[in-house]
Amino acid sequence: MIQIVWFCLVAIMIAGYVVLDGFDLGAGIIHLIVARNESERQQVLRSIGPVWDGNEVWLLAGGGTLYFAFPALYSAAFSGFYLALMIVLWLLILRGISIELRSHIDSALWKPFWDFIFGAASALLALLYGAALGNVVRGVPLDANGFFFLPLWTNLMPGRDAGLVDWYTLLVGAAAFAALTMHGCHWVILKTAGDLQGRSRTLAAKVWWAVLALTSILTLASFGLQSHLSAEFAAHPWGYVFPLLALLGLFGVRVYHSRGKELSAFLASCLYLVGMLTSAAFGVFPYVLPSNVSPEAGLTVDNASAAPYGLQIGLAWFIPGMLLATIYSVFVYRKLAGKVEA
Amino acid sequence: MDSALAVHRLHFAFTVTFHYLFPQLTMGLALLIVILKTAALRTGNERYQEAARFWARIFAINFAMGVVTGIPMEFQFGTNWARFSKDAGGVIGQTLAMEGVFSFFLESSFLGLFIYGEKRLSPLLHWLTAFLVFLGSWMSGYFIIATDAWMQHPAGYRLDTGGRILLDSFWGLVLNPWILWQYLHNMTGAVVTASVAMASIGAYYQLSGKFTDHARIFLRTGVIVGAIATLAMIFPTGDGQGRMVALNQPVTLAAMEGLFDTVEGAPIALIGQPDTDRMQLDNPLLVPNALSFLTYRRWGAEVKGLKDYARDLWPDNIPLLYYSYHIMVGLGTLLIALMLLSAWFLWRGRLERCKQLLWALLLALPFPYIATTAGWMTAELGRQPWLIYGVMRTAEGVSPRVSAANGLFTLLGFLGLYLVLGILFLFLVQREIDHGPVTGGAQ
Repeated sequence: MIQIVWFCLVAIMIAGYVVLDGFDLGAGIIHLIVARNESERQQVLRSIGPVWDGNEVWLLAGGGTLYFAFPALYSAAFSGFYLALMIVLWLLILRGISIELRSHIDSALWKPFWDFIFGAASALLALLYGAALGNVVRGVPLDANGFFFLPLWTNLMPGRDAGLVDWYTLLVGAAAFAALTMHGCHWVILKTAGDLQGRSRTLAAKVWWAVLALTSILTLASFGLQSHLSAEFAAHPWGYVFPLLALLGLFGVRVYHSRGKELSAFLASCLYLVGMLTSAAFGVFPYVLPSNVSPEAGLTVDNASAAPYGLQIGLAWFIPGMLLATIYSVFVYRKLAGKVEA
Repeated sequence: MDSALAVHRLHFAFTVTFHYLFPQLTMGLALLIVILKTAALRTGNERYQEAARFWARIFAINFAMGVVTGIPMEFQFGTNWARFSKDAGGVIGQTLAMEGVFSFFLESSFLGLFIYGEKRLSPLLHWLTAFLVFLGSWMSGYFIIATDAWMQHPAGYRLDTGGRILLDSFWGLVLNPWILWQYLHNMTGAVVTASVAMASIGAYYQLSGKFTDHARIFLRTGVIVGAIATLAMIFPTGDGQGRMVALNQPVTLAAMEGLFDTVEGAPIALIGQPDTDRMQLDNPLLVPNALSFLTYRRWGAEVKGLKDYARDLWPDNIPLLYYSYHIMVGLGTLLIALMLLSAWFLWRGRLERCKQLLWALLLALPFPYIATTAGWMTAELGRQPWLIYGVMRTAEGVSPRVSAANGLFTLLGFLGLYLVLGILFLFLVQREIDHGPVTGGAQ
């Protein structure tokens, strides 16, 4: 039981990370397209400048939570996805310094260089995060000790010899890329005005169709590939509430966007992301990392979790700690509310 | 030594050594910035605000470097040390997760406001953001030291039949007796780094005849705090930490000191080269009986030498451990002398005019970084051959499925990337120093 509580808490932490860092990754993806001059680039950066670092803390705190609640999962997934995670780390480093360092030197070479790094690293991170999620849904070749190691790619087929990248994980990566692009658009629309906002609106309207198309294909592919998903949803039909949330969010984005309700459209985009992630989590449950070789080798909430004492005591500090963290975040976002100055 | 093991050890050692160059400054600087902001509030002197703003800019560059090089540290527990994480994650995952939940959220939330929000906040609220950044970074230090302390001196756990390490007592973990001295020693070290940096930049401005009003503030703050902190490095924090090692890791103590034979009235070696083949210390310069006194508070007490321990319990790189320890102590002693002398000159009102001393302060900038790095090498090499002291050997903790070749690939990647980061960092800090503490350019 306590294992299921922690499964939900880890899912919340990951969803929190994706929603929050998602908008600044999205801002990074679109800024080369929507921000055409120095003032506009600065507006995009100022909209995320004070918060991106705090958003990335969700990755660290979420990682730490995963580590202590499901140590077998953390060690298997991190060593198995070794190459992909190292690339993620390098991209996070490059992206972080591109945000922090660009403003230090006023030069015709320095700023465009870091703008490119910021855009490219953000785009690749969105793709890789999606591909990682795809790997978890597809399953990995866990050995008898509960470890595995995946090459970056093999034959691009999601069979038992699959690498990190196959057509399915690539599809999830593309969907994540489109979704975070949309998410970033709605953040920039919310925080800016003028031409920059106008271009973001146009892009948001176009990207929405890509998100809709990729979401549909992804759903079909996932249910076709991972039979556990259909079994799980058939066994617990209440779980359809999660895909329903995603759907609600996606259409909410469209409706609110066309009515010019910026905040509601952004929040609907958050809802879409949360709905997609929770649908995946629900569909994979009780596995936390399924095997694509034999079902019984998969890691589950039971065989991957820490001992009950640690999980129980963990609740005692985690819940007040995250309440405090939420209070800080609300305080900061309220202090920084409104459009950034042009 | 299995080559995958060597690669994974070097991978962690390199990335953590590079990473800690930044937090050691930011943790200490957070305290100094609070001191400057407090002085600004109390005196209303705008120079203190300018000084605080200048160091906040240096802080921000260091903090960004610390953040981007810090994320790989948490990841590597899983990527490179998966067996260790699988068995011990239920214990040390607690302190690592607490660091994220309690410190990083606090630190990052209020750093954004501290750096970007001075115009939006009242002076008192802005002071509060600086204080909360300080609190967050010092709490972060606590949780990381608690994690390391558990590996040095495991507490609050039990082993289950499958060899998994289970948390048995939460308070045993977070109030591990090893934490107190190691935490105080480490945080005092961070204050030393920051105060030497402040005094060093102050000396640079003073010698260059630029920003001399600010230089005086930097020199005064850096030297006063630095004198207290360098002294506290030796006593009580270094003494306390040393006695923890002596009592709980006696073979580590013998290796640090290059003590091969068990003797009553053991000496301290000031210099000398340990020869582990012939089991002797070459060219020693000894202070008789000092080790016995420092360890047991009795001049004639017996201290066991390396020969009395099984060779497979010896730390596996005794010369490097020995030199790390001696470099730490040597540079620490040098910094005490420099800071006390500077404090004396400051008190007599002659520091600003004493060129030789200002030059010495300027050139001392690298020493706290080297001493701190050597100190951490002493702690971690001294823990060998154990990953968790007495419970799990380092060789048992590596990721079973990550090959030496893949490890080397990413190690080389980090070497290249961190070289670029290091160059960028120096370049940007140099620009900030050049620009100086006055907003709107040089005077």
